[in-house]
Amino acid sequence: MTPLKTSVSAASDRVWKKPPFIANPWLRYGLLAVTVIYLYWAFATLPFDWERISEGLPRAGRIFGGAFPPSFERGTLLWTGFKESFQIAFLATLLGVSLSLPIAVMAARNVAPLPVYLVGRALIIVSRSFHPVIVAILFVAAVGFGPLAGILTLTLYSIGFVAKLLAEEIEEIDWGQVEAMRSVGAGYLKMLVYGIFPQIMPRQIGLAMYQLDSNLRASAVVGIVGAGGIGGTLMNAFGRYDYDFAFAILLMIIGIILISEAISGWVRKKVW
Amino acid sequence: MVDHAATLTDRVWSRYDRKQQWSRYAVYLLTFLAVVWAIKDIDIFWPWVWDAPNQIQSLAVRMWPPAFNTWHEIFSAMLETVHIATLSTLLTIFIALPVSYIAAQNTTPNKATLWLGRFILVSSRSVNTIIWALLFVAIFGPGVLAGILAVMFRSIGFIGKLMGEAIEEIDRRPVEAMEATGASQMKVVLYAIVPQVMPAFFAIIILRWDINIRESTVLGLVGAGGIGVLLQSSIDLFAWQTVATILLAIVVLVVLGESITSALRKKVI
Repeated sequence: MTPLKTSVSAASDRVWKKPPFIANPWLRYGLLAVTVIYLYWAFATLPFDWERISEGLPRAGRIFGGAFPPSFERGTLLWTGFKESFQIAFLATLLGVSLSLPIAVMAARNVAPLPVYLVGRALIIVSRSFHPVIVAILFVAAVGFGPLAGILTLTLYSIGFVAKLLAEEIEEIDWGQVEAMRSVGAGYLKMLVYGIFPQIMPRQIGLAMYQLDSNLRASAVVGIVGAGGIGGTLMNAFGRYDYDFAFAILLMIIGIILISEAISGWVRKKVW
Repeated sequence: MVDHAATLTDRVWSRYDRKQQWSRYAVYLLTFLAVVWAIKDIDIFWPWVWDAPNQIQSLAVRMWPPAFNTWHEIFSAMLETVHIATLSTLLTIFIALPVSYIAAQNTTPNKATLWLGRFILVSSRSVNTIIWALLFVAIFGPGVLAGILAVMFRSIGFIGKLMGEAIEEIDRRPVEAMEATGASQMKVVLYAIVPQVMPAFFAIIILRWDINIRESTVLGLVGAGGIGVLLQSSIDLFAWQTVATILLAIVVLVVLGESITSALRKKVI
């Protein structure tokens, strides 16, 4: 009994400490110091308008007070806005997905020669770099206000995403089927249609569904810069301080996104 | 022999049976009808569509060559964009971590907190950054703060959801071992959960920082700071060559951000 007790008390003298996440103390404290300095620098250089910000809380109270209860009175406006958003998303997905097929073939290293590959990759990088809202204002400047600009924007947006993932999919296909096609003397187009496309088909449908879903989300924001759809209605409601109507639109957007997420998830599960 | 070949060729190989075939036709027909409806119903002025390639081309001509004389202004606006992205990502952590803790099924105290956590995550993700920005500009006025808050509120849903999933996938045994020794809830979190989700945490934060850089480039269009403010004013002034420079700068920033994050990710994981 006694020896056991001493061993316990001896053990409790040694306190266990958790090993640090970054073993090197210089690196650990260095990173901490860099973070603190960065935070100080960023907060010091950013232009904050404290006076305007301090008015924020009462203003937020007024805004949310005005937003409750949400008003669904202007139902027709709501309906036209959402209908247009849906049409934009649908047409853009169709266009974008069909255009992304040839671009994906161009951007896949195993089926495209080097110069074509570089062009395909460049197309994808450029259409992925810009946020859809930036693309939307450029198209609004070029082709005018309205759903046309929205469709063009989301088509480009779809190409960036779908073509990139499809190109990766093509690069990973089972090459045996292509070799089989080649050995019977099939041309390039036949090789694509019978050797490659069937292999990427399920992925293509899944991506198209996902893209329809994300285009529906994006179509709500391209309207803010004038490219058609519910975003324009929302922007107007905000501009006219119609917070109850704006809140109703927001609720509808959230609801529709949840529904479309559920539908596209279900379809993808069926296809895969 | 000849007979046998004839019977073989009579049977045509087909990939789908009749039911599958019909359901495929139904999907095609539905899609076709939806396209017809959308094209007929949408409010598009068709002459503009045929004119669009010309218009886009003429815009491109006006943008060429990019004007670099305002590079100083562009650089400082870019810096502001990066600040917005970084600060908002750092600040999001403080809100997203507790939310992810209550939104994970294995750590949440009870059903009510689970649904509260999920509600916060879903509403944060469903509202786009630009729409959050619109709201915060209305509250706090145009400026950087509205931008930071907008990106923050959008990131909570993303980081919280992925972190919640990471927490749900942890190995249960260290937690049980800790609980068996009578450790407090706080200690269980610190010593049994945190070390397990640490790598996922860094990977998610880095990924979100990359996304936030892109998101921050557009905040200025609704007045919430960053390069977007400059972009909007250059467009309003029809200074297309400056616009082209800004667009180039955005591509450079995005590609730079992507290469930094992929390097960091390799180090962390």
